[in-house]
Amino acid sequence: MAKRSFLIPGVDKRLLIKDSLKVMPDLTRRRFIVGGASLGALTLLTGCDVVDSSSAESLLAQVSKFNDAVQAWMFNPDALAPTFPESAITKPFPFNAYYEVDDAPEVDGKTWKLEVRGLVDNKKSWTLDELYALPQVKQVTRHICVEGWSAIGSWTGTPLRDFLKLVGADTRAKYVWFQCADSEGYNSPLDMRTALHPQTQMTFKFADEILPRAYGFPMKIRVPTKLGFKNPKYVISMEVTNEYKGGYWEDQGYNSFSGS
Amino acid sequence: MSSLAAAEDHQITVPAKVIQPAWVRVMHWINALAMILMIMSGWQIYNASPLFDFRFAKAITLGGWLGGALLWHFAAMWLLMINGLAYLITGLAAGRFRKKLLPITPAGVLSDLKAALTFKLAHDDLTVYNSVQKLLYAGIIIVGVVIVLSGLSIWKPVQLQYLTALFGGYDIARYVHFICMSLICLFLIVHVALAVLVPKSLRAMIIGR
Repeated sequence: MAKRSFLIPGVDKRLLIKDSLKVMPDLTRRRFIVGGASLGALTLLTGCDVVDSSSAESLLAQVSKFNDAVQAWMFNPDALAPTFPESAITKPFPFNAYYEVDDAPEVDGKTWKLEVRGLVDNKKSWTLDELYALPQVKQVTRHICVEGWSAIGSWTGTPLRDFLKLVGADTRAKYVWFQCADSEGYNSPLDMRTALHPQTQMTFKFADEILPRAYGFPMKIRVPTKLGFKNPKYVISMEVTNEYKGGYWEDQGYNSFSGS
Repeated sequence: MSSLAAAEDHQITVPAKVIQPAWVRVMHWINALAMILMIMSGWQIYNASPLFDFRFAKAITLGGWLGGALLWHFAAMWLLMINGLAYLITGLAAGRFRKKLLPITPAGVLSDLKAALTFKLAHDDLTVYNSVQKLLYAGIIIVGVVIVLSGLSIWKPVQLQYLTALFGGYDIARYVHFICMSLICLFLIVHVALAVLVPKSLRAMIIGR
C-alpha cells in the first residue's frame, strides 16, 4: 500500500508515477508466485513445477482458506483487544491507503446516507444525524496494519452489534459486507462472529473529534480484533449476507479472516 | 585362485555405525526447507515496514510482494511448526537431547573452540558432538522455539495477548522475531560452512553413515 510520496521539485508527480509504473512489475495481480520464484531452492518444493506457477499459487490459496478456519476456531468472542490510556495515542496517527491522502474520498456529510441491505428486517437508509443520535462508546486500541506497523488510536462510535439488532439483522448469517466511497470501490467482508464482537464499532469520531477526511469521514468500521485493511473507511453501505462477496485486498491474495 | 580364497578368509566385515538415524535426517531436511521458506518470505514481509534503515534485496526474498510473501509465510509455518514439534517430542522421548547435547561446560566450550579455530579439532566419531556443537545445537533449538512464539505473538496479539505481553508487547515482539531470525542466519552461515569443511558430516546427515 502506498505510504510515501517522493516529490522531486519541478517534476510533475503524476507523470513521474505513470512512467515508473511502466517499469515496475504488476503488483496487484495474482502473479506473485512468478515474481517470487527467484531462487532455485523453490524447485525443492514438494515436487511442484515452479514454472507452472498456478499449482503453487492454488496450493497457497488453499492453505490460506485453511488458515481462515483455524483463525475462526482461535477467535474467542469474549477476548477483548487490549485498551490503552489516552496518553498512549500515536501522534500523528498515520494515514494509510492504496492512494495518497490528497486523493482520499471527499464525502458530503449532508447528502450521505448509509445503505442497509440484505438479510435485515429494516432496509431504511440512515443519515449521519440519525446515526450520531445512537448511543456511542469510545475505545483506545491498537491498530495493526498487515504491513507490520501499528498505532494506538481513539475511536468513538456505536457498536455494530447494537445496530444490527436495531435493524433486525439475521445474526445467523455468515457475513456483513461493506462497500466504500473511493474510486475503486473498496469493499471488505466481516465474518458475523467478529461483527458481533463488543468492540466492533461503526465509528464517527477519532480522538473525540468528528472523523477527519484522512481517517474515513463520515463513517469507518473499527475492528480491533482484525488487521487494519479489515477496518474499511468512507463506508457507504452494509449488507448482511450468506454470500462471500470478496474484498479489495482479499481478492488480491490477502487472507480473508486476518484476525489479530 | 587360492590367493583369492585366502584373502576372503581374512576379510572382516564391520557393519557401518549409524551416525544420524533416519528420523533425524528426515526432520532435519524438512526443517531446513521450512526455515529457508520462512526466512525468505519473512524478509519480503519485513520490507513492507522495515524496523531498521534498510530493506532486503528483492532477489533473495520470496513472494514477490507483501500479499504473496504472507501466503508463503503462513503456509510454510505449518511445515516448520508440525515438523519442529515432532522433532522436539521425539528428541525428548528418545532421550536424544540428553545424550547428545549434555553436558555443556564453559571449559569444554573454550577448549573445543580454541581447537576448532586452530584446525586441531578431531572429527573421528561423528556420533559424539564436541562442546561447541552442543552449545550451538542446544542454542538454536531454543532460538527456534522463541522465534515461533514471537511469531505467534505478532500474528495474534489479541487472541494470544498474554503471550504477546510476555514479550513486552507487540512492538518489542517484532524486534525479538527479527533478532531470532538474525541469530538463525548467523547459525546457518557457520553450520553450512562447517558441513562443507567436514564433508563426511554432510554425508552422514544424508545417508546416515
